[in-house]
Amino acid sequence: MGYTEEELKKELETKEYEYGFYTDIESDTFPVGLNEDIVRAISRKKEEPEWMTEWRVEAFRAWEQMIEPEWANVTYKKPDFQNISYYSAPKKKDKYNSLDEVDPELLETFNKLGISLDEQKKLAGVAIDVVMDSVSVATTFKKTLAEKGIIFCSISEAIKEHPELVKKYIGSVVPQKDNFYAALNSAVFSDGSFCYIPKGVRCPMELSTYFRINEAGTGQFERTLVIADKGSYVSYLEGCTAPMRDENQLHAAVVELIALDDAEIKYSTVQNWFPGGKDGKGGVYNFVTKRGLCETNAKISWTQVETGSAITWKYPSCVLKGDNSVGEFYSIAVTNNYQQADTGTKMIHLGKNTKSTIISKGISAGKSQNSYRGLVQVNSRAENARNFSQCDSLLMGNNCGAHTFPYIEAKNKTAQIEHEATTSKIGEDQIFYCNQRGIDTEKAIALIVNGFSKEVLNKLPMEFAVEAQKLLEISLEGSVG
Amino acid sequence: MLKINNLHAGVEGKEILKGIGIEVNAGEIHAIMGPNGSGKSTLSSVIAGKEEFEVTEGNIVFEGEDLDELSPEERAHKGIFLSFQYPVEIPGVSVTNFMKTAINETRKAQGLEEMPASEMLKKIREKSELLEIDRKFLSRSLNEGFSGGEKKRNEIFQMAMLEPRLAILDETDSGLDIDALRIVANGVNRLRSKDNAVVLITHYQRLLDYIIPDFVHVLLDGKIVKSGGAELAHELEEKGYDWIKQEKVSN
Ligand SMILES: Nc1ncnc2c1ncn2[C@@H]1O[C@H](COP(=O)(O)OP(=O)(O)OP(=O)(O)O)[C@@H](O)[C@H]1O
Ligand SMILES: [Mg+2]
Repeated sequence: MGYTEEELKKELETKEYEYGFYTDIESDTFPVGLNEDIVRAISRKKEEPEWMTEWRVEAFRAWEQMIEPEWANVTYKKPDFQNISYYSAPKKKDKYNSLDEVDPELLETFNKLGISLDEQKKLAGVAIDVVMDSVSVATTFKKTLAEKGIIFCSISEAIKEHPELVKKYIGSVVPQKDNFYAALNSAVFSDGSFCYIPKGVRCPMELSTYFRINEAGTGQFERTLVIADKGSYVSYLEGCTAPMRDENQLHAAVVELIALDDAEIKYSTVQNWFPGGKDGKGGVYNFVTKRGLCETNAKISWTQVETGSAITWKYPSCVLKGDNSVGEFYSIAVTNNYQQADTGTKMIHLGKNTKSTIISKGISAGKSQNSYRGLVQVNSRAENARNFSQCDSLLMGNNCGAHTFPYIEAKNKTAQIEHEATTSKIGEDQIFYCNQRGIDTEKAIALIVNGFSKEVLNKLPMEFAVEAQKLLEISLEGSVG
Repeated sequence: MLKINNLHAGVEGKEILKGIGIEVNAGEIHAIMGPNGSGKSTLSSVIAGKEEFEVTEGNIVFEGEDLDELSPEERAHKGIFLSFQYPVEIPGVSVTNFMKTAINETRKAQGLEEMPASEMLKKIREKSELLEIDRKFLSRSLNEGFSGGEKKRNEIFQMAMLEPRLAILDETDSGLDIDALRIVANGVNRLRSKDNAVVLITHYQRLLDYIIPDFVHVLLDGKIVKSGGAELAHELEEKGYDWIKQEKVSN
């Protein structure tokens, strides 16, 4: 077929394709409950090597001894871990026969996002009758990557095909016992993505889980491992701007990034799980552990736009181990109605001349609670460490809350740490000013919120940024009145 | 074009406008003068539809339509423009982006397509030249960190971009230096036509040297107490408001 890289990029932009890697599991579901046998059975189902099975079991044993954390500024009914089925094969059967059967509210949102009909069908789980040229695109796409030695596949596939890499790095940044949810994930993770960029290679395109994620549902326990070898670069997009309706209430993912010497990883996320109804019923609990390790001169940037989930508990972090390494965290977190978000980052400065930047924009509306929680830690040997943090909160109405919990632990006197925080409210005068220029209130809020979030939106890859803007608009819809 | 009949309006039970009647026809320029706190800005806000104020009596008719039921943005779509006495800041939103949104939202309301980018750029170039605005200025956040005079000039730039039928300029001259005043006044004059009208709210004769009004009204304690031609402004400049107050008392 012979695609040029330009053509391929175009194709990627139109997004009318899927990557087409699936995990081959027969369809059956385990009984509810969790014990060592279940963990072993998951591993067996996935035909994993013994070392992987033992790794999971070790995690499970640790998890059994752990207690669910309560320090986050969120309140919810704790999930019953014995009432979840930990293995369920991707649904192969289509849920609906035509779009007419799909929830009209969902379709309305798709339209607002400008998602094509075919894609809408795919997202909503409708049988697709139009056969898209997906396989060939996926193949070409994989070929381009393979030529550069880049590995991008499901983690299940990686465990089988690249065990030496997985074995070396999995759990190296987020150990099995790191925390309650990480331990649970390590024991039962269903699937996820794996990516390896060889030495000195610049990944020629944004790697994205956009489609695969919609394909079968990510499952509750996703595991991602990204390794950027010395001097390489990759930009990785996670998530999907389409609304996700998921019956799974609890999501506990783990993402590990490893940036070896002189490597750079840019990791962008748009999180838009079902936030629950306007009355606060339902919605996803999202308890994620994301952490990256930077070796000498390496750089990791986390950029996230969080608009979904009923409860979010998430702190993408950087361990700045190598000298001169750089960690960045850019975040927009929107909460509306009864949503609760406790999100932020940890920057752990271990090496000399390490630098970190934190820009957090929290937007709260309705009766929601939005907390920023950040830790900047400077180790005693980290000479000349520098951090700049800026946490801005925007409030809409009088019933929501914004909270900032910055923790600073500096054990080296040469550390320079700056923290700035602001809280503002969308003023009636601002809205009237916009109204007077012909801009209605809904649009005015979108404009003001986009302006407020600009520094972070600017960090997102172009097409993602446009969609993220629309998403902000949609998630704040009806927040004034 | 604009007809205000016995307008009473206030806020939280406090009456500020106490029976105002004005008629503005297409092609005319009206000046409204009056002491601080007499209700000039309130009048302009009420015309623009600010919900904070409650109309208790009378009405405002624009192009034959009672404005009462219309939201502020609907009034804007009909061609009412207010240059604010105190323009607000919108951080992170550039002047260009703001104008693009305003124009396209108005067009949408009128059932038109979005303005093509090339046309928008041409218009921005033309109007910024007219008002001698540096292009760099247009990529800055709206009013954020603008000097007093810059904010006012930016209001008139927006007016030029939106080409309203009725423009109400609330103390646009305050805070402008001598050159800026000339540029802004020149801009307003250039945008005049037989189809649109301007209401100038001002404290000073100097603006009226550049933009010569057809009518001058004196607003005192929520009422129009005197109306006249351009010469009335000169008289006020000379004598202040006391004589009008006395005239009112003796009546
Ligand atoms: N929101 C409000 N709440 C209470 N009082 C108000 C409000 N807005 C205006 N007023 C009062 O109404 C009166 C008229 O105010 P307005 O701003 O219209 O005066 P003005 O003629 O524009 O004065 P200036 O020349 O100083 O701009 C003042 O006494 C003011 O304090
Ligand atoms: Mg005033």
